[in-house]
Amino acid sequence: MGNDLPKLEELSQIDLTMPEAGWMDTPVILRKGMYCHAARAKDIEFLNMPNPRDWRVEDDDWKLPENWQDIILDGLRERLQKFRSLRIFMDTCVRCGACADKCHFFIGSGDPKNMPVLRAELLRSVYRHNFTRAGKIMGKMVGARDLTEKVLKEWWYYFFQCTECRRCSLFCPYGIDTAEITIIARELLNLLGLNIDWIASPVAKCHHIGNHIGMEPQAMKESIDFLCDDIEDITGVRIEPSFNRKGAEILFVTSSGDYYSEPGIFTCMGYLMLFHQLGLDYTWSTYAAEGGNFGYFTSHEVAKLLNAKIYAEAKRLGVKYILGGECGHMWRVLNQYMDTMNGPPDFLETPVSPVTGTRFDNAASTKAVHICEFTADLIKKDKLRFDPKRNDHINVTYHDSCNVARGMGMFEEPRHIINNACNNFHEMPEETIREQTFCCGSGAGLHAGEDMELRMRGGFARANAVRHVREKHGVNMLACICAIDRAAFPTLMEYWAPEVGVTGVHELLGNALIMDGEKERTQDIRGEDLPYLEPEEKGDKH
Amino acid sequence: MIGIAYALIAVIILILVPWVGVQGLGLTYLFGVIIPYAAMAIFFFGFLQRLVKWSRIPNPFKIPTTGGQQKSLNWIRQSKLDNPSSTSQVIGRVLSEVFLFRSLFRNLSPRVGTGGSGVTYASAKWLWVFAILFHYAMFTTLFRHLRFFTNPVPFPVRFVEGIDGWLEVGIPQVMVSGLVLLCAISLLLARRLVIPRLRYISLMNDFFPLFLLIAIATTGVLMRYIVGIDVPSVKQLIMGLVSFRPVMIDGIGQLFYIHIFLVSTLLAYFPFSKMMHSLGIFFSPTRALANNNRAVHHENPWNYPVKFHTYGAFEAEFRDKMTEAGIPLDDTLATSTGKE
Repeated sequence: MGNDLPKLEELSQIDLTMPEAGWMDTPVILRKGMYCHAARAKDIEFLNMPNPRDWRVEDDDWKLPENWQDIILDGLRERLQKFRSLRIFMDTCVRCGACADKCHFFIGSGDPKNMPVLRAELLRSVYRHNFTRAGKIMGKMVGARDLTEKVLKEWWYYFFQCTECRRCSLFCPYGIDTAEITIIARELLNLLGLNIDWIASPVAKCHHIGNHIGMEPQAMKESIDFLCDDIEDITGVRIEPSFNRKGAEILFVTSSGDYYSEPGIFTCMGYLMLFHQLGLDYTWSTYAAEGGNFGYFTSHEVAKLLNAKIYAEAKRLGVKYILGGECGHMWRVLNQYMDTMNGPPDFLETPVSPVTGTRFDNAASTKAVHICEFTADLIKKDKLRFDPKRNDHINVTYHDSCNVARGMGMFEEPRHIINNACNNFHEMPEETIREQTFCCGSGAGLHAGEDMELRMRGGFARANAVRHVREKHGVNMLACICAIDRAAFPTLMEYWAPEVGVTGVHELLGNALIMDGEKERTQDIRGEDLPYLEPEEKGDKH
Repeated sequence: MIGIAYALIAVIILILVPWVGVQGLGLTYLFGVIIPYAAMAIFFFGFLQRLVKWSRIPNPFKIPTTGGQQKSLNWIRQSKLDNPSSTSQVIGRVLSEVFLFRSLFRNLSPRVGTGGSGVTYASAKWLWVFAILFHYAMFTTLFRHLRFFTNPVPFPVRFVEGIDGWLEVGIPQVMVSGLVLLCAISLLLARRLVIPRLRYISLMNDFFPLFLLIAIATTGVLMRYIVGIDVPSVKQLIMGLVSFRPVMIDGIGQLFYIHIFLVSTLLAYFPFSKMMHSLGIFFSPTRALANNNRAVHHENPWNYPVKFHTYGAFEAEFRDKMTEAGIPLDDTLATSTGKE
């Protein structure tokens, strides 16, 4: 963690009172620790996006093109014609305040401009000034203001303080979705080259190498082979996955976080073990090697650009359908965008589980099935055998990853898996799970190192609920189905709720799964000794 | 906070204008006929224009906010209202928003514990209660007003009046909806004034309709219970307006002209104000679309091709490394170009 990160005591002081001065009279202060570094010229150039140059957030001069106001206003005008969502969300807000205290960034920071209503007003005020008659005439009186450089910087600061988690949208009586507003606002900022490094760099790598971390094909294969070595050590079963194999039935796509670093790799081991046990005819791809889509945090166009590779690869390999791993915004894109952006994929077939024969009609057009749907079906049809005792050292709670929760609605499938693979499962308070789940605070491309204070503040609401079940039920593991969660939570837990680990659902499954030909397991997937096998306990039982 | 003052001043002026106009200048035809007609026209065309404008903007993507279990495996119970997958379920969801304010009903509020002990959440339904009271009282009041627009007064209107007068006190009989309406608007206003967070986000545009409605409801109540106006004459005037054969009738109380001028203002203001949320909810992409993107193709009318990095380009760059790692290459590279 950064050295500048404030102490726990300081961030624990939750203060949601409002300042004296009105928000329009409060100029933005870009506070270190609350924002990410600026995108670099080479990454922007790489995607042929506008205004590539190296710039620093701390500098007064952001090296904007001379006609930057026209660019933004023309861009806004264009999007008001193209997105009904934007127009409706600009026009219908009544400022009832229902959303105000729903945002994890507001709860954790107390900054009024983190109230979803005000985050939207940042853009809406400019909309009023330039696109409504009342705003043109009456100005500030009716909440309209001119687009100045100060306002632009305020946009940049606050639209990169939103993780597009949609919690506010759930509570809005008109369904106004700040995620949508943030997506479009970021799209506008990108017209001026105002992206952040943590997004622009993964996007460039994903575009050309195939995944966010820039892992080349041979390295990716090597990484997954290493995981297979570990699986062999633990289970005695040798797994030989295939890559870029034509004629496979299924193309498996997941976030690169799953084959790159802990604890994601343990989830990946769970996938590998499951597929091997089933004898699944599937392949990995080193070209469409990324399920996550940081393009989605840049613009719709870049989202489409990166997403297009998945169908292209499915077509090239001649698979029947796509199986997707545990990843949050990947599934927002796959569930609500992919088929529209790059489909319909007529060259694929409606997914059918080769093991159970279940036809996934809910994916009849997009031909992409979530692995939790796939696995829950296997369990329901009794195709897997478990020894949940192997998870007895784990006292787990489950975090509904926001995109899968509010952009898809997958709540029961992962719970069904956990309940079968584990004996100790405790839910967090109901106001903080399922559709009301709180974001990890690091989503939508904000999972950098330099904005650690922002991440800890944003993740407070989630961690606060974890702390609650840790104290009440002795929970020591937080399960999730999102690669950004898995990357962000360890730091968040260390800060707010020490002693709570982080896992994917398929890691839990991998622990409990009884594989054909396996040796007696003495270790879990992480290579840690299984406590229930320790001599004294063993003596008690036998 | 200056917004409150502006809004209040605006409404006071709006009360004074017809008072001076009718009482001082005797412009009864202007205030009794021309302005109501103009207001109706602005309302009608403004509303229609907004309707057309909104409906012509496409929904490029289907982006419902899912508030419950998706439709997936047949043994998992779908939450049809909060995660609709068909048109009829979407209609159910939208109607539950329109008639029951379902999303608002979810409202809860964080309670900050002492000494950094964290946050808990408590249900906060007051806004929902105030909103329901306001909208239903408003609807009932409007519906009752149909008695001025119809001859003979149809049964449903008389029926609602009968129910509305259930208290059976006062002469003329007290209509509960009018009183509830005034109370609810006052509560909604009080909310904006008392709760610091609401005060912080409120604009003149938020206070103005509230003051205007208070003025309208108050003049209405005054006419009915205190000052008294010549009801048959009012009806005659309104029936004249409705039948496009306006007649001027003398001796209708001053208060009536204020009332009708304020209503005219409200009508003319409506299509350009936040009150258009009444139409907006039907168009809201997060509520009025089904979460069935994976099952049924949704077309984006302005979809355009993008030049993504093709497999061919990818293999060209990494061919040697892939060969060395034993990753199969594509022997039919000529055919694998990106989607047009």
